[in-house]
Amino acid sequence: MIEVSGVSQVYGAGAARRTVLDGVEVTLSEHRIGVVGSNGSGKSTFARLLNGLVEPTRGTVTVDGLDTVREGRAVRQKVGFCFTDPDSQIVMPTVREDVAFGLRRKGLRGAAADPVVDDALARFGLSALADSPAHTLSGGEKQLLALCSVLITEPDVLVLDEPTTLLDLRNARRIGDVVASLPQQVLLVTHQLDLLAGFDRVLVFDEGRLVHDDAPAGAVDHYRRLMA
Amino acid sequence: MTDLSLFVPGTSLLHRLPAGAKLLGLLALSIVTIWLQSAWQVGAVLALVLVGYAVAGIGPSLVARQVRPLLWFLVVIAGVQVWTSGWQMALTVVGTIVVLVLAAALVTLTTRTTAMADAVVAACRPLRVVGVDPERVGLMIALAMRSVPVVVGIAQDVRDAQRARGVRFAPQAYGVALVVRSLRQATALGDALLARGLDD
Repeated sequence: MIEVSGVSQVYGAGAARRTVLDGVEVTLSEHRIGVVGSNGSGKSTFARLLNGLVEPTRGTVTVDGLDTVREGRAVRQKVGFCFTDPDSQIVMPTVREDVAFGLRRKGLRGAAADPVVDDALARFGLSALADSPAHTLSGGEKQLLALCSVLITEPDVLVLDEPTTLLDLRNARRIGDVVASLPQQVLLVTHQLDLLAGFDRVLVFDEGRLVHDDAPAGAVDHYRRLMA
Repeated sequence: MTDLSLFVPGTSLLHRLPAGAKLLGLLALSIVTIWLQSAWQVGAVLALVLVGYAVAGIGPSLVARQVRPLLWFLVVIAGVQVWTSGWQMALTVVGTIVVLVLAAALVTLTTRTTAMADAVVAACRPLRVVGVDPERVGLMIALAMRSVPVVVGIAQDVRDAQRARGVRFAPQAYGVALVVRSLRQATALGDALLARGLDD
């Protein structure tokens, strides 16, 4: 359960002052939650609030009662995050090492981590690439790797910030299928509205405000009217 | 994308030797070269290094490729040495440089980068008493290795973007764009490390 109460997010000061989020109040308990909105609507900042990557200027965000500012570390263990550009998320030189990196927090390293890593790579169809340098992978493979590396830490919630924006249709579907099959609570920020079919709830952001909160059909309708 | 993986897979004795042993061997060889006086001594050490290449199963063309970038440096150094100290000294100095470069390259070619990083981490362990965290050093090496291809990619992107806009090579514009984008990448990497649990 994620509770966002009275959150505003302001960057800069004086003339450069920009309000990115304005009075957002929402409780998230559904299994599948989508977030849509135009570029600059504040949805990406909203996603980053949920694991404490961004600390709210005003208001509080809690995950299962843990405050994202005061207990950021514990929150980030619960909330996995997947970025748009996998290149900025992959931190290790090879595929295997990158997946194993997430296990360090659990104290699993070296040979002890191998079976867990092999298992995860097999599930994502990345076994053949295990020892490849990360930079030789295609865009789709990189995003699968990024997802694999996050999920190996077994978070309770997965937040994805436009994970398919840089991908072609086939790879976008692949990521969509993986996300759909997850047991975790998922919050998916996206511009690809067809990924939201079957979701429980969709939030629409516009100019820093949460302007619509509905089942996918209604929310997507509202979003389309907004963009018309 | 530039191929930056220098490692040549294999199962030779040199491949199987621990990275730490190879690094120590390289260190010992470097120290030995200080005492090399004559061209024939350098020749003997060079022969030893070449035997190493043969053991590792690395062919002559790859050996040549290790030295080729140095060619012009060597020509200039040899010229100056012949001028000031005679051709024998020139042969010794140039030969020593070639020996060191080839030996270092042999270690790189037969050692996985991760094994190298682990060896450095192990070597840093005694530094724990002065507050150095060996794991952090290892992470730093891994991040640096991961960042090289990423920055090379950014450099290519920036060049392509400028070419696409019809800008002929402008060093300043190129430098600024490269640095700004690299710094943004570094910020994103920081976020990713935080998100992935490196927040202690």
